[in-house]
Amino acid sequence: MTTTTFDPEGLDLKVGLEVHQQLATNKKLFCGCRMSKKPGLEIEIERQLRPTQSELGRIDEAALFESKLARIIRYKVDANSACLVEIDEEPPHDLNQEALEIALTIALLLESRPVDELHVMRKIVIDGSNTTGFQRTLVVALGGELKVGSRVVPVQAVSLEEDAARIIGKSVNERIYSLDRVCTPLIEVALAPVTCSFSEIATIAVTMGRLMRSTGKVARGLGTVRQDVNVSIRNGNVIEVKGVQKLNLIPKIVEFEGMRQSGMIMIAQELRKRGLDPKRLEIDVVDLTAILEKTTSQVLRRILDIKGSIFGAKLEGFEGILGYEPFDGIRLGSELADIARANGYQGILHSDELPGYGISESEVSNIRSSLSTADNDAFILLAGVDQDLEATAIFLENRIKEAYRGPPAETRSPTDDGKTRFSRPRPGAARMYPETDIFPIPVRDELLAKIKDSLPPTYSSQIDTYISKYHLSPKLAKQVFDSDRQRLFDEIANTSKVAGSIVATALTETIVSLEREGRDISMINDDHLRRLFNVLGEGRIAKEAVPEILRVITGGDANTIDKAIQTLSLTKLGSNDLEEIIRKTVEENDFQVTKHGKDSFGALMGKIMLEVRGKADGKEVSSILKKVIGEMVTSSPS
Amino acid sequence: MQNRAGYRGSSLEFLTKRNLSPGDMLSIRKGGIEYVGSLLPRYEHADENYLTIKLLNGYNIGVKVSNIESVSKLSDGTEPLFARPTLPRLDSSLPRIVVMGTGGTIASRIDYKTGGVHPAFSAEDIYAVIPEISRYAQIDTVAVLNDYSENIATREWRIIAEAIADKISGGADGIVVSHGTDTMAYTAAALSFALIGSPVPIILVGSQRSTDRPSSDAALNMIAAVLVASRPEFSGVYLAMHSSSNDDSVSIHLGTKVRKNHTSRRDAFESINIPPVATVKGERIQRLGLPKEGKASFALRPGFEEKVALLKFHPGFDPDLIDYLRTRGYKGLVLEGTGLGHVSAKCYEPIRRAVLSGILVGMTSQCIWGRVRMTVYSTGRDLMNLGVIPLDDMLPETAQVKMMWAIKNSHDFEDARNTMIMNIAGELVERSPVDRGQS
Repeated sequence: MTTTTFDPEGLDLKVGLEVHQQLATNKKLFCGCRMSKKPGLEIEIERQLRPTQSELGRIDEAALFESKLARIIRYKVDANSACLVEIDEEPPHDLNQEALEIALTIALLLESRPVDELHVMRKIVIDGSNTTGFQRTLVVALGGELKVGSRVVPVQAVSLEEDAARIIGKSVNERIYSLDRVCTPLIEVALAPVTCSFSEIATIAVTMGRLMRSTGKVARGLGTVRQDVNVSIRNGNVIEVKGVQKLNLIPKIVEFEGMRQSGMIMIAQELRKRGLDPKRLEIDVVDLTAILEKTTSQVLRRILDIKGSIFGAKLEGFEGILGYEPFDGIRLGSELADIARANGYQGILHSDELPGYGISESEVSNIRSSLSTADNDAFILLAGVDQDLEATAIFLENRIKEAYRGPPAETRSPTDDGKTRFSRPRPGAARMYPETDIFPIPVRDELLAKIKDSLPPTYSSQIDTYISKYHLSPKLAKQVFDSDRQRLFDEIANTSKVAGSIVATALTETIVSLEREGRDISMINDDHLRRLFNVLGEGRIAKEAVPEILRVITGGDANTIDKAIQTLSLTKLGSNDLEEIIRKTVEENDFQVTKHGKDSFGALMGKIMLEVRGKADGKEVSSILKKVIGEMVTSSPS
Repeated sequence: MQNRAGYRGSSLEFLTKRNLSPGDMLSIRKGGIEYVGSLLPRYEHADENYLTIKLLNGYNIGVKVSNIESVSKLSDGTEPLFARPTLPRLDSSLPRIVVMGTGGTIASRIDYKTGGVHPAFSAEDIYAVIPEISRYAQIDTVAVLNDYSENIATREWRIIAEAIADKISGGADGIVVSHGTDTMAYTAAALSFALIGSPVPIILVGSQRSTDRPSSDAALNMIAAVLVASRPEFSGVYLAMHSSSNDDSVSIHLGTKVRKNHTSRRDAFESINIPPVATVKGERIQRLGLPKEGKASFALRPGFEEKVALLKFHPGFDPDLIDYLRTRGYKGLVLEGTGLGHVSAKCYEPIRRAVLSGILVGMTSQCIWGRVRMTVYSTGRDLMNLGVIPLDDMLPETAQVKMMWAIKNSHDFEDARNTMIMNIAGELVERSPVDRGQS
């Protein structure tokens, strides 16, 4: 039982992506609301959710798990972004037709086959992220393929669903959600699991994203696209890592999951080697609060001081197992701690790490005698206040039993450093229930024909158009396409006198570099940019002034482009004024011209630009300066 | 005979020819794709040309029969059944409460015939899914009806009232009646009169979100109803529903003073012209005051006269409607007049003819809030002069139910008339509260 280095070779690692993308529709999926930028009256609602059975009479395991957490759910409702439908006080309205058409467009781009009749389902999710306790979802098309370079990734399904509420706060018994984005239409494309390298996974995600954006009808910006990453290895299980927002985390997460799952398989092998029988495993929880009453362990004191309790349980024959670390940081102990945390406990402590955490040797032996453990037994400690101990013990027992087989199928959430944490058991088909408030919707042939006739050009042909129409470099063309301001670029480049490449550079590279400087680029709005290119097109400012002007806007020193120009005294110089400044500078430095002749140009150009940057076009300065130097060189005696 | 629920026309023909039934696991090929899933029953009014298939991932889709290239049965199936959880143990020292099921949303599940929610649970099912109620009472459950509340009328009121009286004489300490919300307030009024002077609490309860959703309001309402039904000081007829959109408080409304004032909100029910009698938060019952009730001793009087109409006056109202009701043998007429209790002068003659032929005519207001005062304007005085009975602050719906009961349970016109203006079950309140507060 030693720690080794992880090698992904030969694991048969498979990755399936589910890409969730918000659609840029005028309304939400089942009501007349839209996400409002202007917050209105804020109302708070308190709710509770209970598990229900599917129409097949089963209760979904994931739903049951969530329900044991006995949570109060608070919703912050912005009256401008939500109506009675979002707060589950009114039946859903008809399905948003625009959203359906976008989903069908994306389905057809993927050569997925639309279903004949749409049935809206309720996917039971009772963590509070939907006020109803379910997410409305419908399969739009099945099958198809995504071409990524020379490889083909099969598509499983294209679905349409309403977005969940945004969690904004969490405590032991309470969760707080904002209802601003809830019920916004999302398209979900589920790609089949494929064997691929870590870097290919990110390429697949990028390609999928570009295909969806090629419709011009999906939302842009942070949080508008999320990936669920399904990872499995041979002899493992399907693990769903939900809600990865940053693409560059995906390879790390896949690698971590590969490692974690192989680690779990190695732990299972060790358990089997010891001849332990999962059927005989039973967790008997003993209250240890009294014997640990005087402990100086800070971890336990924190709980005891708020009248919490400490419980312990023996694990027969488990000595060394909970702390066994096949790979760095991969332990059964930390898996159990995740489950305890999901149930509102601080985590667990176990015998392989004790004495430690301020728990003394004599306390450990007191615990051992209270639990009557033998030398080859392990124990775990649980500390918490007012939790559902019985339910937690059952979840822990189930998890330990799973450990004999390897990694259990579960839903996990990503951490910021590319690892994953248990969030709940993996939901099954039993969590699906028909949405009885909405009648089945036939997909008419005429509708499909209309959509087929107006499919958008592909990503690569849109890039080619940028290159040929606006003379963008291929790199700049791709940057524009990937940018949140692609549609604004199309609008400005189509109507402005300014060259497309200047617009593209400003909307992508300039803004990105301002952001890297740490400027608050959220201060720059679309109207600022429209006005900026308007003024530039009229020749009132030089293109060199663009970064300066935007910098002023990000600093909040001016709230309009015109005020920013004023602040910087940036009005472009007329040719006569400019020539006067140049002549004056040259005269003041005439010794340089005398000494270096035409070679004095570089030094003089630098001096002049220092004075006129942003007020004059570099090209114009250069040509006037050449003329002036030329005059001096020819007129002076040699 | 095999059950092919909901299928008709081309889809039924398709299934019959291939001997396929709901629950069968199928492989269907169409347009270069294979669907594997089980055949589900079809909503009765849905397009007849499709099959409903539940895919292995739980999603349902519809497949157009004419698009199907081939189908094969992978295995037989069984029709979905609702699995009932086990009943909790009963504590014999707790009050004995009877939970009566009449149908409605609090006991609904999906109905594949219509695709909508249908009342399909017995009261035992409710009890099984809300086991917390066993903390406050020993529950006995009985299903007296199983119908949508819009189908409940005089005959059903009698059945419910008799069942309650039977349970009271059998020693029940309280009664909870689960009821569809649409007409729950009418039934509450009917039971208030039919079980006049009830010695035990009779609490009507429903839900605005069906129990097949995790967000259902049924559990909280039911728990509060059982809690109140176990308190003898609440003898009489009340209705328990959410106080607000929050799952934290249930209002207890007097059965004759409550109305459904919203189509879908949890807090649709409001006490009119009085505050709610109490609110229940967790296990705490807060009394907000009880109106003075009539001093009648307990009696079961479950009869209601069907020929009583509730007629809403509106601009352009056709006075012939009143004559029509008279010729159809109506015995009572409650008018929902404008403002303080008015109808157009064109109605005077038909009303005079109605009163002369022995029809009881009462006046309520379509303003819902407030009371009629027919002495303020000449129209009101004219109508009183014609024999129209001002019904003060009585709700129009309560007035209609009361008139049905008064006519059936009186010796003559004059007796019925006196009953109408006498406070029997809190339906008439002398004081109008300064604010309309609901909590």
